[in-house]
Amino acid sequence: MNEIIRLVIYLVAIIAFAALNAAYLVWVERKGAGHIQRRIGPKEVGPYGLLQPLADGAKLMSKQVLIPKGVDVPLFMLAPILAMVPAIMSFVTIPFSETLVARDINIGLLMIFAFASVNIMALLLGGWASRNKYAVISATRAVSQNVSYEIPMLITVITIVMITGSMNLNEIVMQQTNILKWHIWPWTGNFLGPVTFLVFFTCCLAETNRAPFDLGEAESELIAGFHTEYAGMGFGMFFMGEYANIVISCSLITILFLGGWQCPFGLFPGIHWFLIKLYALCWTFVWIRWTYPRTTLWGLLNLSWKYLIPISLVNLILTAGLLKVM
Amino acid sequence: MTLLAESQLHETFELNLGPQHPATHGVLRVKLTMDGEYIVKAEPVLGYIHRMHEKMGENRTWAQFMANVGRMDYLSAMSFNHGYVALVERAMGIEVPERAEYLRVITVELNRIQSHLLWWGAFVLDLGGFSPLLYAFDDREQILDLLETVTGSRLTYSYFRFGGLYNDIDENFVDGTRAFLKRLRSRIPMYHDLVTYNIILMKRLIDVGPISAEMCRKYGATGPVLRGSGVDFDIRKNEPYSVYPEFDFDVPVYHECDCMARYMVRMDEMEQSMRIIEQALDKLPDGPVKAKKVPKLIKPPVGDYYHAVEAARGTFSIRVVSNKTNKPYRMKLRSPTFSNLSLFEEASEGMLLADALALMGSLDLVIPEIDR
Amino acid sequence: MAGYFNELFSGTKSLAIGLRITIKEFVKPVVTLQYPHESLVMTPRYRGHIELVGDPETGEPKCIACGMCQKACPSGCITVKGEKREGVKGKVLTVYQLDFTKCSLCGQCVESCRPAAIDFSHDYNLASTRKEDFIFDLVKRLKDKS
Repeated sequence: MNEIIRLVIYLVAIIAFAALNAAYLVWVERKGAGHIQRRIGPKEVGPYGLLQPLADGAKLMSKQVLIPKGVDVPLFMLAPILAMVPAIMSFVTIPFSETLVARDINIGLLMIFAFASVNIMALLLGGWASRNKYAVISATRAVSQNVSYEIPMLITVITIVMITGSMNLNEIVMQQTNILKWHIWPWTGNFLGPVTFLVFFTCCLAETNRAPFDLGEAESELIAGFHTEYAGMGFGMFFMGEYANIVISCSLITILFLGGWQCPFGLFPGIHWFLIKLYALCWTFVWIRWTYPRTTLWGLLNLSWKYLIPISLVNLILTAGLLKVM
Repeated sequence: MTLLAESQLHETFELNLGPQHPATHGVLRVKLTMDGEYIVKAEPVLGYIHRMHEKMGENRTWAQFMANVGRMDYLSAMSFNHGYVALVERAMGIEVPERAEYLRVITVELNRIQSHLLWWGAFVLDLGGFSPLLYAFDDREQILDLLETVTGSRLTYSYFRFGGLYNDIDENFVDGTRAFLKRLRSRIPMYHDLVTYNIILMKRLIDVGPISAEMCRKYGATGPVLRGSGVDFDIRKNEPYSVYPEFDFDVPVYHECDCMARYMVRMDEMEQSMRIIEQALDKLPDGPVKAKKVPKLIKPPVGDYYHAVEAARGTFSIRVVSNKTNKPYRMKLRSPTFSNLSLFEEASEGMLLADALALMGSLDLVIPEIDR
Repeated sequence: MAGYFNELFSGTKSLAIGLRITIKEFVKPVVTLQYPHESLVMTPRYRGHIELVGDPETGEPKCIACGMCQKACPSGCITVKGEKREGVKGKVLTVYQLDFTKCSLCGQCVESCRPAAIDFSHDYNLASTRKEDFIFDLVKRLKDKS
């Protein structure tokens, strides 16, 4: 009985967390973009524009969910759900603090990557079911982008798993008790320390389809992306899925490299450190989006296959060697 | 393109880079025939904003046509005004006082800087970087405010008159311009650091969209497109007019012929325009700004007259036939961007769509000027 | 091989410099004007639509209804009508209508007016839902102003 109550509370809390993040990360993005461009972002709706996401949500919900003629209806309706549900489900294994974790699974890391792969399928289904030649082209580009960037991401994660010896996310955090023991530094066993962090960060940017790798969505030349044909709440679910993915990626980066919920000085560990590190990384995602132009598809694939994969493979071999010696 | 393995079925499909599009600045339609990602044929379709300026030239008096000229290329309206006014002065033999000539050069060069700033922001916006547009617009606002205090308008100035200017500058213009030049000089290194030396942008522009000098000659391309292909041709130096011979400035020429070369030509042109403005402000003479004996009714002698100026996008020239009435008999306006765009069809064969859009951005198109 | 690493390092450095520039811009104050909560004052030479200039003593328009502005206008937006009245030298202005939907603010009318009876105004806050609101009756506007 206790267990069921606990699960229900966690379920509600996780969905609320994901939804709130999706809504208010948009606010952070718009305000951040505004100030980077020397202007104020939204300011009319509520103080400092804080009620703007609610207005946007109300707008999206009030729009008619159009189903164009000739689309493959089951796949068309399935794609947004497939975009959103795995992202929310990945929250189940993330340790927000030592005790705040919905299910402390021993292969938590593997589970998160398994769900990330389902996201790729959602993109492809969305593009294919739209029966729009531009959406199909854009979806295939997005799929090739996601697949190429999964490889260096997984190789980097294998490196971290070799150092920590476990795939349990809570255990990985427990090993990083203070700032000197973070896995980002070379002396913890990770041979090319900060470089690995940068590789993983870049892969997270590409996996979540964020600028400068956002060919799939942002006015990608003339093709409007895999979610062209979606209106109202269908688009809203893709959108929420994207921001949930951003939060998952940033939490994964903090857990693997920056010490998760542990304090840098070892004093008062808890959820507040996790949230500070998480939102600092989310801000970096926003900051990067408004600074750089977009890469072309070929530049993007070149970056992955010719730079990130060799670097991560070399790192893997050197870390293995270092661990043998240490 | 010919090095790739040819597939058995060459299925091409037609794609319309339609009249409404975020990347073509204005209403330009390009009919693309695509083979997968590669362009097989690109055909620009013009005429969506044809406003019959040449026909209006036959039905307006010489003074009334001033309003039309600035509206052809609204981003470079001062240069277009200059071309028209200089043409009529050449036809009627009117001599313009020194102060008016210097002020004309100062305002034209300020206009050129403003046009290039807008091009820069819009070009980087096409490539996906959203912030530099607003930084460029911040600087551009300063120029527009300066020109508004003098002429009264921000974009389509009908400031020049036959034989001089509409009115003189006010007392704050010289100090305001000097302050602006100082500010822009401190901002341009920031623009280079943020955009030009950024590895993502360099990968998108270097060796993309090659246009050889031969292709430029074939289609009559002028301006930064021609100078980015290694040909040193600038109307201000080759067919000097107004008081340009008195200034010491360079014409930037790059030989790489790719999008990056055209980009750097325009950035360097901004620097050279700043040099011209500084020299003009130092040498600005006193005196009247309107010529004395300008007839009220302009009726140039019978004949064929021609004048060319260097607008922001290339050579703008007007050829006019007069039959000694108060309206021109035939007015031919040569817009630089029309010739620049005509090489797009040949230059974009076999290119990727993303690269073709970078090429179009580097050509600096203003569609109302093409369609007149 | 050296080119590979060179590109990697110089590329990463250029990306870091870009980030530094945007974060420096982030902390600077905004440059936009919050219209309509604040609004600008127009410069003295701003070209708004034309207005009739009144004689300082009598308040009557200085216009002599010669029609030069009507002839000079490229767009044909000015309509001037005058009539001869008993005991008054010259014409008296009765109708002066400006169709602002066609005006291009070129200034030919202001320049061609001999008694300097028209000048630019500083109105820029013009917005309406009907086209008729932009056909200005300048004689009435002068009367309302005085």
